[in-house]
Amino acid sequence: MRPDLEIIQKWIEPNSRVLDLGCGDGDLLHYLKTTKQARGIGLEIDEENIQHCIENGVNVIEQNLDQGLSNFQSNSFDTVLLAQTLQALSNPDQLIDEMLRIGEKGIITFPNFGNWKSRLYLATKGRMPVSKFMPHQWYDTPNIHFCTVKDFDALCRDKNIKVLTRTVVDSQLKGSWAMKSWPNFLGEIAIYHITKD
Amino acid sequence: MATDLSEDSVGIVEPQQIHIDEPLTLRSGKVLPACDIVYETYGELNAEKTNAILVCHALSGDHHAAGYHADDEKKPGWWETCIGPGKAIDTNLFFVVSMNNLGGCGGTTGPASVNPETGKYWGPDFPVVTVRDWVKSQAMLMDRLDITKWAAVVGGSLGGMQVLRWAISYPDRLANAVCIAAAPKLSAQNIAFNEVARQSITTDPNFHDGYYLEHGTYPKQGLTLARMVGHITYLSDSAMRAKFGKTLTDFESEASNFGRDLRSGKLSFGFNVDFQVESYLHYQGERFSANFDANTYLLMTKALDYFDPSVDYDGDLSKAFSYGNCKFLLVSFSTDWRFPPERSRELVNDLLNAGREVTYVEVEADQGHDAFLLPIPRYINAFKGYLDRVHEEMSGNAS
Repeated sequence: MRPDLEIIQKWIEPNSRVLDLGCGDGDLLHYLKTTKQARGIGLEIDEENIQHCIENGVNVIEQNLDQGLSNFQSNSFDTVLLAQTLQALSNPDQLIDEMLRIGEKGIITFPNFGNWKSRLYLATKGRMPVSKFMPHQWYDTPNIHFCTVKDFDALCRDKNIKVLTRTVVDSQLKGSWAMKSWPNFLGEIAIYHITKD
Repeated sequence: MATDLSEDSVGIVEPQQIHIDEPLTLRSGKVLPACDIVYETYGELNAEKTNAILVCHALSGDHHAAGYHADDEKKPGWWETCIGPGKAIDTNLFFVVSMNNLGGCGGTTGPASVNPETGKYWGPDFPVVTVRDWVKSQAMLMDRLDITKWAAVVGGSLGGMQVLRWAISYPDRLANAVCIAAAPKLSAQNIAFNEVARQSITTDPNFHDGYYLEHGTYPKQGLTLARMVGHITYLSDSAMRAKFGKTLTDFESEASNFGRDLRSGKLSFGFNVDFQVESYLHYQGERFSANFDANTYLLMTKALDYFDPSVDYDGDLSKAFSYGNCKFLLVSFSTDWRFPPERSRELVNDLLNAGREVTYVEVEADQGHDAFLLPIPRYINAFKGYLDRVHEEMSGNAS
């Protein structure tokens, strides 16, 4: 399982309703269904991922997040997930509002652009960071809205979003006391558990 | 090649008939005292009777959904692409039931049957039947086959509407609902096309107010015209361009042909059939009119027009879906302008609002509404993936 998903699943209550935005191949929803009897629905646009969800017995709806979530009723889910997809959205701030309209709680994970590796890359090479973790060139990347942990904290403050838990880890899922102290500098993946304030 | 008895066909099949001596109260309030139902089955029913799938046919379909009636039959059943060993509806796994709907002309009691009370053809006196009535009669057949719950009810277009009705009328009697290229109800445009079709039939001089069989004739012209109009709505603009635009010239590529292939290579400068598309529509219409009952066509189009399960739920379809726990698979096709993807998305939203488990796939396909009958890989893979999973979960082999 992807490292961020490992942490996320701990925040899902048994029997809860989960909406997974950009659910990928449905592995997390499948895991939540079998271990926590969660009733999940995933949204996805990639054909191969959708097929994988279907074969996995995961409910998946072909829907583009950039076209909004107005078809979902308010407070219809316990948790709305957005894993590693925030940076690829046209209007991430609006989608976060929608997540907390539809769900009681939201879980968001994103690659932290404030990580020291990105800073070092930009500082020394003077070019947009490209790594194994973020392999795209600036002109053909799906990731059009990178942000840092500090940026995201600021957005939560502006929107009066309550951060229940903030975790940062490296790409191997490892956290450390150092990362806790300097999350924006050392964390590679940021994981937020949020709710309406 | 006459008959394709390849490994993925169910091969030679024989229709079966059952007499149901039980009055059926129709939505109109009229009562059909008894009826005959003609149906086919493919595959084997397991000992627990849990692997049965009901296939619902669309406007011009019937019970003959797969396989061949005879060695020399040229065309297989209407859903041969999806039903057979190893296919989306895998007859190695499932027992498939397909019946001709009430009011049909494939052998089930309908306008072309003789009314035992009068000794004459029912003709236009056959009561108007609705999707709800069909589903009721399908449940009557189900009882007689001793099946308590369908593993899935499956259908496209008008067949998909029957699937929706099953989930509303008998929510505990199906585990899965597979609804392809359907809509929650018809739009004004849909009804308009149906009315043109009906008018072309009823204004044919050979229609005789529907009593044409008594006169030893039938409204061939009207039925041909009805089918021609219908056929246009089943195809997309791009499908027609591709189908009738194969001629390449020095100055014209396939893309710039616009589907304007000529039938005989030159214009007639008369009011004859000049273009291939015209010839094709005439052929389709005439072939259809020779094999289909005009009164049935009227009934089927009315059943479409009347379909709107939300009427009993203050116009809120999500309320109609609020009871039951069957899962749903919905599929739509990008160029389908008869029941376009937006209509399927309306259904998806109603199901979500009802808190139901739903999977929805929007298939990119050029073929218009007809796509649901065609072997489009993404569609077939999703359909098969879903039903294979149903079988795995049913057998307790799911991971």
